[in-house]
Amino acid sequence: MPRRTMIEAIRDAMDVSMGRDERVIVYGEDVGFFGGVFRATQGLQAKYGKSRCFDAPISESGIVGSAIGMAAYGLRPCVEVQFADYVYPAYDQIVSEAARLRYRSNGDFTCPIVVRMPTGGGIFGGQTHSQSPEALFTHVSGLKVIVPSNPHDAKGLLIAAIEDPDPVIFLEPKRLYNGPFDGHHDKPVTPWSKHELGEVPDGHYTIPLGKAAIRRQGSAVTVLAYGTMVYVAQAAAEETGIDAEVVDLRTLLPLDLDTIVASVKKTGRCVVVHEATLTSGFGAELVSLVQENCFYHLEAPVARVAGWDTPYPHAQEWDYFPGPARVGRALIETLEA
Amino acid sequence: MADAGMLRFHVPEPEVRPGGTPDFSNVTIPKAGSVPRPEIDVDPRTIRDMAFSIIRVLNRAGEAVGPWAGLLSDQELLEGLRHMMTLRTFDARMQMAQRQGKTSFYMQHLGEEAVSCAFRKALQPGDMNFPTYRQAGLLIADGYPMVTMMNQIYSNEADPLKGRQLPVMYSSKEHGFFSISGNLATQYIQAVGWAMASAISNDSRIAAAWIGDGSTAESDFHAALVFASTYKAPVVLNVVNNQWAISTFQGIARGGSGTFAARGLGFGIPSLRVDGNDYLAVHAVAKWAAERARANLGPTLVEYVTYRAGAHSTSDDPSAYRPKAESDAWPLGDPVIRLKNHLIHKGIWSEDRHTQAEAEILETVIAAQKEAEGHGTLHAGGKPSTRDMFEGVYAEMPPHLRRQRQQAGV
Repeated sequence: MPRRTMIEAIRDAMDVSMGRDERVIVYGEDVGFFGGVFRATQGLQAKYGKSRCFDAPISESGIVGSAIGMAAYGLRPCVEVQFADYVYPAYDQIVSEAARLRYRSNGDFTCPIVVRMPTGGGIFGGQTHSQSPEALFTHVSGLKVIVPSNPHDAKGLLIAAIEDPDPVIFLEPKRLYNGPFDGHHDKPVTPWSKHELGEVPDGHYTIPLGKAAIRRQGSAVTVLAYGTMVYVAQAAAEETGIDAEVVDLRTLLPLDLDTIVASVKKTGRCVVVHEATLTSGFGAELVSLVQENCFYHLEAPVARVAGWDTPYPHAQEWDYFPGPARVGRALIETLEA
Repeated sequence: MADAGMLRFHVPEPEVRPGGTPDFSNVTIPKAGSVPRPEIDVDPRTIRDMAFSIIRVLNRAGEAVGPWAGLLSDQELLEGLRHMMTLRTFDARMQMAQRQGKTSFYMQHLGEEAVSCAFRKALQPGDMNFPTYRQAGLLIADGYPMVTMMNQIYSNEADPLKGRQLPVMYSSKEHGFFSISGNLATQYIQAVGWAMASAISNDSRIAAAWIGDGSTAESDFHAALVFASTYKAPVVLNVVNNQWAISTFQGIARGGSGTFAARGLGFGIPSLRVDGNDYLAVHAVAKWAAERARANLGPTLVEYVTYRAGAHSTSDDPSAYRPKAESDAWPLGDPVIRLKNHLIHKGIWSEDRHTQAEAEILETVIAAQKEAEGHGTLHAGGKPSTRDMFEGVYAEMPPHLRRQRQQAGV
């Protein structure tokens, strides 16, 4: 089976979708001729023409707003916001318009759009290239929110997102584009070509939205993670020798509660990890759900490991990033509690 | 003259405030018929002055004059008058219904009826409007049932939007009327996107974007102009300048640009101003802009110069911020009376027929209202089910909403 990096898998998902469905349109800043700053759309304009893949003005509200109009017309735009940190000018369009169009018009108009954006830190990107704004979207009724953690999932989830009848926020952990980064920034990352989840089938396949995956079986504690933190959590489990079960949520909204509850009921302990800042982060929602659904199975308080509640720093990146050491400490504390 | 020294902060003020005498002497009104009608493929650079003039067809004598006249048949003009009269009567009844507690909120068109009623007639079936809350004439003039509009206003059991939207935020794909958001300016760029999609699909349909004078200050307006200009989108970019954004006079959004139409010039978009109280002028300019769009000539920006004679909404009291008699002093008159006078001048209408038509229309609107109220009003009678509240958030209800619906006991 062919091996692909995450960028190649994402590009392949758009390529397959554009090849199958003329309604799929791809655009964004630097997306057309150049193929995107991360090269996710490289070659698509040459293959499908300028009407299907083109450069947009630097206006995120314009990109998403026009995509909503295109979707109302009947196309299926898959647009790129260059960094998740730049999505805020489009926030009103996403929250007030895309997410509510089906509801407020009672299905008269719908909004099948995908808004792709690189998310997360680990690349010395500072405040403006490192944020993880997923909780700003999981709070919005009418959206679906995806964070893939590997090339195989990224392709299947992106095709599913493009085919989904509702608006999807597709957050791509940019530190995973080239390999499964586990937080050990001083060591080389295994390339996807040497990782089993770098195996990406050719052609069309989908991974259903709303389904989590268990990446590491375990019995002592459940770790709920997504994106880059899936690998950080696995590293922490290996390094502490704790028999942790690592659940990769993949879709945050709608959430696969059944998989979470089954795992926590089995292990009796739970640690939630994400890169985003702690307060009102998506972890708070996960902890609440675990408490509501698994309280009488819990043998320890549910712990959270997250980014500190500061803006994402530059020089202090590795003091900020919740790496395997911090996650490992949380695992130990949860087991000792 | 430039003077160095202490800086002064500038806040524009309207000419007059409550208690003052209305004064529109600063509004320059060109004579009807005096603005030329260029070919649709005119070089935009040669018509920049049109962004500072006002295209008018009906003169004070009730005659249709000049190069923008003569597009509508007698029958179409009579129909146009009926649409505007219907909208005005509809507004009066719904305004009263809100005061009677039958709904929460209403927004009327008083003084602006010509803009949406005439514009609709310049479009073709399949074209799509992205309206604001003051373009219900697009629906009335397209034959959308008044009862359905009222059902929406009452949020009753027959409301096509299942009680989910504020009154007047209609939606009808069938009638080329995009779901009104209620947020301002957001839909301007969506109209451009819709138009881009039509061009991408090699279709022949065009879009129309709508915005008020105040909302042109939103960044989405400027994004829309960039996208429309860059991709030559087949869209008509409408700005309804009714002078007031709730209590804020248009000078706060307009700033130093002279007119709202002039905003289009920097984008290379042909930009026209039209007498928004002149049914014939609105229709003629809309048709010109629509033809340009359909001929792959790109967007046109049209500023409709009009006056919001009523309150912003049922939650607003204009006497707190503008002179009471200001609307009487508005120099472009009343769109209904102006078209009526034109038709009388043409010999195809009379005061008696007008009075009779008013009575007939009132009867029709009251009949529709009775029918709608038979389906309930906001606080009485039939209403959408609580179950409906949970439907339609997504195409397929996700598990968490299913659980919440169960918790709600529905």
